[in-house]
Amino acid sequence: MTIATHHRGLAPVRAVLGNGAVVIAKESETTPAVTVHASFGAGTVFDPPNQAGLSHFVSRTIDRGTETRPADRIAEELDSRGVSLSISVNRHAMFLVCTCLIEDLVSILDLMADIVMHPTFPENEVETKRGEIVTLIRQDEDNPAALAAEGLLTELYGAAHPYGRRPRGSVESVEAIDRAALLRFHGERFSPGSLSLVMVGDIEPARAIDAAGSAFGSWAAATPPAFELPEVAPALSRRVRVIPMMNKAQTDIAYGFTSVRRSDPGYYAYWLMNNILGQYAMGGRLGDSIRERQGMAYYVFSALDANVIPGPLTIRAGVSPANVDRAVASIDEELQKLAAEGPTESEMTESMQYLIGSMPRTLETNLGIALFLQTEEFFGLGLDYDLRVPDLLRAVTRDDVNAAARRTLVPSQATVVIAGPYSGEVR
Amino acid sequence: MLERLSTASRVHEEVLENGLRVLIQEMHTAPLASVWCWYRVGSKDEATGQTGVSHWVEHMNFKGTTNIPRDKVKGIIEQFGGYWNGYTWIDQTAYTETATRDALDRMLFIEAERMANCLYDPADCESERTVIISELQGGENDPDMLLDQELTATAFKAHPYRNPTIGWLSDLQTMTRDDLYGYYRRFYVPDNATLVIVGDVDTKDAMRRASHHFGGIRPGAVARRPLTREPEQFGERRLTLSREGTTAYFKLGYHAPAAGDPDFFPMLVLDAVLTGAKGLNLWASFRTPPPQRSARLYRALVDAGLASSVTGGLVPTSEPFLYTISVTATDGTPLARLEEAACAELDRVRLRGVTEAERHKAARQLRARLVFENDSISNIAHQLGYFETIGSWRICETLRDRIDAVTLEQVAAAAFERLKPLNRTVAWFDPLPVGAGGDVPAGTGAGAGPVSTGHRGTRAQRHK
Repeated sequence: MTIATHHRGLAPVRAVLGNGAVVIAKESETTPAVTVHASFGAGTVFDPPNQAGLSHFVSRTIDRGTETRPADRIAEELDSRGVSLSISVNRHAMFLVCTCLIEDLVSILDLMADIVMHPTFPENEVETKRGEIVTLIRQDEDNPAALAAEGLLTELYGAAHPYGRRPRGSVESVEAIDRAALLRFHGERFSPGSLSLVMVGDIEPARAIDAAGSAFGSWAAATPPAFELPEVAPALSRRVRVIPMMNKAQTDIAYGFTSVRRSDPGYYAYWLMNNILGQYAMGGRLGDSIRERQGMAYYVFSALDANVIPGPLTIRAGVSPANVDRAVASIDEELQKLAAEGPTESEMTESMQYLIGSMPRTLETNLGIALFLQTEEFFGLGLDYDLRVPDLLRAVTRDDVNAAARRTLVPSQATVVIAGPYSGEVR
Repeated sequence: MLERLSTASRVHEEVLENGLRVLIQEMHTAPLASVWCWYRVGSKDEATGQTGVSHWVEHMNFKGTTNIPRDKVKGIIEQFGGYWNGYTWIDQTAYTETATRDALDRMLFIEAERMANCLYDPADCESERTVIISELQGGENDPDMLLDQELTATAFKAHPYRNPTIGWLSDLQTMTRDDLYGYYRRFYVPDNATLVIVGDVDTKDAMRRASHHFGGIRPGAVARRPLTREPEQFGERRLTLSREGTTAYFKLGYHAPAAGDPDFFPMLVLDAVLTGAKGLNLWASFRTPPPQRSARLYRALVDAGLASSVTGGLVPTSEPFLYTISVTATDGTPLARLEEAACAELDRVRLRGVTEAERHKAARQLRARLVFENDSISNIAHQLGYFETIGSWRICETLRDRIDAVTLEQVAAAAFERLKPLNRTVAWFDPLPVGAGGDVPAGTGAGAGPVSTGHRGTRAQRHK
């Protein structure tokens, strides 16, 4: 038997409990701590059409009381161990994440299990949290970057589509959510079948999985039915929306397209294309043009969100109001160039080297590993995905990236949202 | 050639003949190396008319050197899968690369070039002027950051900590290339710097490489720095920002102990009791919210429905800075009511101190944060260099003991002395309805947090 130590990769241990919960453990000896990352299929796409913000509301209230633990006791159990439990939602999932010392792992798993299995959403806690959520929404409404980013998604997917809705809902929709709605959402979406629990830290995988089994193994609840998400046709014409916010100093631009599914065979070409366009070094080609050569922006980058359905490819920049037209024209120009000529050989080599070479850094911390394993599980990429990434990237050719750019980076079909002290009429 | 100072601890320390301090710590958990080069220069060293120069110089130090042509900067560390960044704050400027261990020599070469051979091409200086003004204006979009800046400028009337690190707009508009270059040449000398290397390296080999790259750089004498001490405050100060917005914010700032003062650690425990433990790593700890659900101010303000968030800020600094409590009012809550509730809680702790159970919990939280924030070579290297720029890296080795040694009496004494109303500045952001027309033009400055070169992760690195 040969063991090639430096090629064996993460090699996490994955187990499925009797009730269907997936548990993934990875030992890492960096610190005497464990990062626990639990994911439930309970993201914002599951908000009923008339209750935008419900999933987010659940994320802010689920840890505020269980059948046996009042909110104060949960607070004390967490704080006394120095543990901060972060609960967040994205489109598809709700995450409960924390890091604790090894000696606290069993107690923390027990507490987390109670929180997700038996939440009571006490009326007084719901009302307090409603006030906080309304404040968050009001803050977003005064934030050009948030409005531009949310506005772009609404334009790309439509206000009624799960990807186009505001993740926190509106003041009106949040005012209408009551305790019964929170309980119903919990009952429908939380079950062992919708749980993926990742633990990374200084503990043997078998012990971690045992501890998870003790905490979650007795949970019996029906797995939610499969969920169909409508796909959206790509835009065929250019759309520009301006959200004037004359009380602000800087204008935020969100410029984008729908891209591809994560499962699309062309995903790796898109990954490289995005890196070359708006990531590599200081924001790729966009950073070279808009920040380095023209000195127009402190931040400019692109981001790719290939997802269950084709998610957005978004370009973002913050510029002075006087430079909005020139910045948008520069984005147009860089996209046209990449679509017409494709990347250079050296750009291909550099971005590939970077993406492959940065894997050890991505996988250095417990949290970094946990996020990677959770993504691997969500998209069904396989436990050896970290080992396969280099070859998947190396298989991409210049022509592949050029084809992806030609297909998606079409300025005449771009959607552009501009929020800030801008009163011009960019097209 | 080399003066050996210590081999006893896990950290290897040597000072080159030109005065460069080198700290090396081997960590073989991942095939990576992290290099940080620290300079004892920050916005507190800036003269009137040149605010923001430290940060602008930091930006210029990514624009090519004698031996790294401008067009070779891009990708110089990315080829090794590496990450780089830099940040500037009140006491220090830092540059970092983290990459696979085979890039160690490359990283040291970059930092040596940065210390001695940056170009300051006039066209690049001009182009960067507008990038930094854009950075300032982006910060101004955030009312919380604006209020932080106003609070700091009001709390300090003499000490240069009053200036925002990004600078005041008019200085950014008028400084010249020569101002930048002169500042660079004055402060970027080996005897004003600390080089930190942490990761999968061999100490002897890393030391040899550091000597090779930096040994030939000539020392310089950093001339006299401002020695202003902030006079004692003899009365509460107040300010209200009236600008358009949707949300009201409230802050309290108290003159706080420097990291080396005896009541710094008692204040750290006090802050943990009031708002939850943040830890001591400026680079890492703001990624994770503090455990604060049972903290006093959280209960009094957030659980009571008056605020949607409360945070405490106490950061180790070389001279006395501020302890800041920042509160976001829930929609419809009058700021006066929020202030009353916050001050009542602070008066209570001032007069009665904290309980033994609270002290115990705070110390436990702080110890846990020390473990959590040492989760990467980059974070460990940050701490060594950061503490060296405000005192000594050796403080890092004593953090746990200093936290454990804090007594109830010390916390009570610190609360009584530091939280007195005479010592505080009260700041309100009382929003005018959007569309009402604020009377303050945009472009007055930016927040008081550290500012960094790369946009990625910047939000998290800013301290609030």
